[in-house]
Amino acid sequence: MILAQAQTIAAPSVDVSILLPMLFMAVGGLLILTMTSIKKDIPAWFITSWAVGSCGGAIISSIVLWNQLGNDGASSTVAGAVGFDGFSVFLTVVIASAVAMASLLAHPYLEREGLEGVELHVLLLLSGTGGIVMAFSNDLIVFFLGLETLSMAVYVLAAMHRRRIQSQEAGMKYFVLGAFSSTFLLYGIALIYGATGSTNLIEIQGFLANNLLVEDGLLLGGIALLIVGLAFKVGAAPFHSWTPDVYDGAPTPVVAYMASGVKAAGFAALLRILSSTFSSVVDDWVPAIEVIAALTLIIGSLSAIVQTNVKRMLAYSSISHAGFIMLGVLAASDRGTSAALFYLFTYAFLVSGTMAALTILGGKGDNDFSFESMQGLGRRKPILAFALMIFLFAQAGIPFTSGFVAKFGVIAAAVDSENYWVAIVAVFAAVVGAFLYLKVLVSMFLQEPQDNARDVEIPGSVGVVLATAVVVTLLFGIFPGLLDGFATDALVELTTGQ
Amino acid sequence: MTNFLVAAESSAELSFPVLTSLIVVPFLGAVLVALVPKARVEAHRLIALMASVITGALSVWVLLTFDRTDGGFQFRSDDPNVWIESLGIRWDLAVDGISLFLVVLTGFLFPLAIIGVKPEHSPKSYFAWIILLEAGVMGVFMSLDLFFFFVFFEVVLVPMYFLIGTWGHGNRIYAATKFFLFTMFGSALMMIGILAIVFFHESATGIVTFDVVALAEGQNWGVDAGRWIFLSFVLAFSVKVPVFPVHTWLPDAHTEAPTAGSVILAGVMLKLGTYGFFRFGLYLFPEAATWFAPVLMILGTVGILYGAAAATVQKDLKRLVAYSSVAHLGFIVLGTFAITTESLTGSVVQMVNHGLSTGALFFLVGWMYERRHTRQIAELGGLQKAAPVFAAMFTLVMLSSIGLPGLNGFVGEFLILLGAFVANPWIASVAATGVIFAAVYLLWAYQRVFHGKAEGDNATMEDLRPNELLVLFPMIVLIIFLGVYPKPMIERIEPSIEVLVAHIDANVDGWTEPTADVLVAEESHDEGEEEEEEGESE
Repeated sequence: MILAQAQTIAAPSVDVSILLPMLFMAVGGLLILTMTSIKKDIPAWFITSWAVGSCGGAIISSIVLWNQLGNDGASSTVAGAVGFDGFSVFLTVVIASAVAMASLLAHPYLEREGLEGVELHVLLLLSGTGGIVMAFSNDLIVFFLGLETLSMAVYVLAAMHRRRIQSQEAGMKYFVLGAFSSTFLLYGIALIYGATGSTNLIEIQGFLANNLLVEDGLLLGGIALLIVGLAFKVGAAPFHSWTPDVYDGAPTPVVAYMASGVKAAGFAALLRILSSTFSSVVDDWVPAIEVIAALTLIIGSLSAIVQTNVKRMLAYSSISHAGFIMLGVLAASDRGTSAALFYLFTYAFLVSGTMAALTILGGKGDNDFSFESMQGLGRRKPILAFALMIFLFAQAGIPFTSGFVAKFGVIAAAVDSENYWVAIVAVFAAVVGAFLYLKVLVSMFLQEPQDNARDVEIPGSVGVVLATAVVVTLLFGIFPGLLDGFATDALVELTTGQ
Repeated sequence: MTNFLVAAESSAELSFPVLTSLIVVPFLGAVLVALVPKARVEAHRLIALMASVITGALSVWVLLTFDRTDGGFQFRSDDPNVWIESLGIRWDLAVDGISLFLVVLTGFLFPLAIIGVKPEHSPKSYFAWIILLEAGVMGVFMSLDLFFFFVFFEVVLVPMYFLIGTWGHGNRIYAATKFFLFTMFGSALMMIGILAIVFFHESATGIVTFDVVALAEGQNWGVDAGRWIFLSFVLAFSVKVPVFPVHTWLPDAHTEAPTAGSVILAGVMLKLGTYGFFRFGLYLFPEAATWFAPVLMILGTVGILYGAAAATVQKDLKRLVAYSSVAHLGFIVLGTFAITTESLTGSVVQMVNHGLSTGALFFLVGWMYERRHTRQIAELGGLQKAAPVFAAMFTLVMLSSIGLPGLNGFVGEFLILLGAFVANPWIASVAATGVIFAAVYLLWAYQRVFHGKAEGDNATMEDLRPNELLVLFPMIVLIIFLGVYPKPMIERIEPSIEVLVAHIDANVDGWTEPTADVLVAEESHDEGEEEEEEGESE
């Protein structure tokens, strides 16, 4: 009798087509790992192309899924654990693009630093898979699974530069703190389960919509711990202190991925869990996010001013960008979500572009990021300087770059939800930010090159990243409507429909 | 406001998007300059010149086809392109009597700035930035969509930053950074203000739009909110104008900027702020503007006196001209917030006049610096002997700047003071002394620079070259023409001003345009002032 019952346990139905993007990334990574372990002399260009191809597969399948979504609407699969909606597909494109660009940057980087091998590409692909799982997750357990996949790979990636002590330190630091934050998350999930009786986002949302908790201590504690864990992942203050050290120490291509892909995945979770699932209890968590957003903006932009190292300065500026995206989260509205998505998309490209320039400028050893080393770049390398100028303008939020529209969007969302004071903090942080980027521009364009200035060359694959990022930054800056339509449609839809 | 409907109908016949081309032509010019290889030195200048001349010609065409009897917006597309659908942002351009002459002034000054001065180095990027700047400035003057207005308002900082920072003199990096941060800081809060009124409008009507006409007609925000938001706009425009006490970036920026940069900065860029006061101050927030008007009138007057006093004591000739701008712009602010038909018309006229006369002054000072490599008044002297034509031109332009009757400067200042006197005789009386001060500092400077005994290089300074005369000639012609016969300009400006005043009248309870009646009868004088105070306190 018992045996018979056990046999009838039905595996949940799995709609493989929805899982295609993550399968492309995961299987692509594992296949190339297997191939290189069988055949030792696979050339580096093949590995890079394979990695980029896997990301391309994920992006193309996402486009197909997007069209399918237009016809059939949102659904979920694997017993409601994986949600299929515009939001998850949109972010898949962001994360896959981030991985592809990081791979392209890593190609000449590994060669220059004498670190040839397949590991970095594989880890990037697997980490990206984790990020996509997070974007698709409709269940806190699945979300945690994705997060750990993403993080484990990034811990190793940060320590990837074997001969650089700072890189080892970065990996270690990120691992210890990251593991610590994961425990917060897990505990938060447990408390939320305790309060609502489910880990499934759809059920949690339904439960909160239909029940009024008399004792909401468990729920509040759970949300608080969840916020701590996620704020750590996206590098928001006051859980940001790892960011400068890790960004400074980790290999520059990996930093590109951390700032674009990892951030996108972290915000995917924040938007999906906080802004959507907990939308019926906004009053409980919005004040916390408000404080976090304001702190992040202030600390990020002010600490960046005093930096003498460009890479470290950009690490702080990435903190303040996280603050801006937080504005989209705390709006807890469709406008906020699509503004945050627009931000994440455009930011992924422009931060990858910035890091592409730094990958070249860092020189052998990946550690020369002083302002002096950038002096006169406008005269020495006009094209590279022009590209970097576009990225810095975009980060500063100068009109006709994607960065302006992105900032405008999130601030609009914050004003729309009447979070005026955070919006005011944000615009002033933007002014402080502009000062930072001007500092770099002054070095590049207004100061004479130093006599011993290193001659730099732009490797082909880095050139591809730079060109793509410039095109995306200007195109969506001048014609934001092209992307805005997608971002507006890419909303979280928590539905049990198959 | 039927006038706006009429305007929309009249523009329906238009097929060629002339206003869009005023932005696109210089923009494409900049792209083209950027694409031409560095080695082809003359090509960059030629392309920039061509683009700016075409833009100038188009702006003149707009002027000629402008319907002078119509006070509403003209050349407006019925169905503007949607730019960002979710926010209702549209590419919506138009001109009316207020912006028309600023557009023409921009189209007129840029070719001159390009002909008038050659950069000392890196001509390619210089011409690319300058022509890009023209596109941005045009955009500010013509955008009816608040988003695009803000975008252009911000984006003009970038070319100007590089123009000052790369081709400027002395302390150029400091001046450029100060200019950039001051202006960006000023406009930061305006962005929140813009968004706030858009969402207030949305919650009242359900429509998200950045259309300034719809927003101004709707007035869907409370009195208090309106006043706060108005202040955020005022801060942005005050920095740009600049209004005392946020003017401190101006002397640095003007002094360190290259000659063409100073000409454009003074000629058109300061007008972005004063124009903003009209379109996005008075028109968008009539209630708040009338409420704050006395304060702004006083600030304008302080600017007049402070600018004059500061100009008097300057040792650097270019800095002196820069401070004279602060004083002139003070008149414009005064005229704007006196809110009478005369003073508002005068302010628009004065914007154009200041562009011409101060632009010309900056050219002359720049050429003087090229020849003598100093701007210190003490090191100059007796230039009249060696360069008589130079001195004659300087005299004429200076007299226009002082506001001598018969030259253009007089018309604007007279109208402003006339209107301001009706609105508030006390403030106007104090402001009027600024005209005398202007004569003091400019004539004194003239005397020290051109008269006296020439020593050293001053005795052999080269006179104006033919190409420099060519640049000055059209400016001088306009200075005299507008001084003798301002009617064509005024009759195009006035209908729009009347529409604006009617708009304020309709939207502010208890406000009526101050009229000269209060001054006619001695007895009713006090009464009139009381009425006015009542209007203010409401």
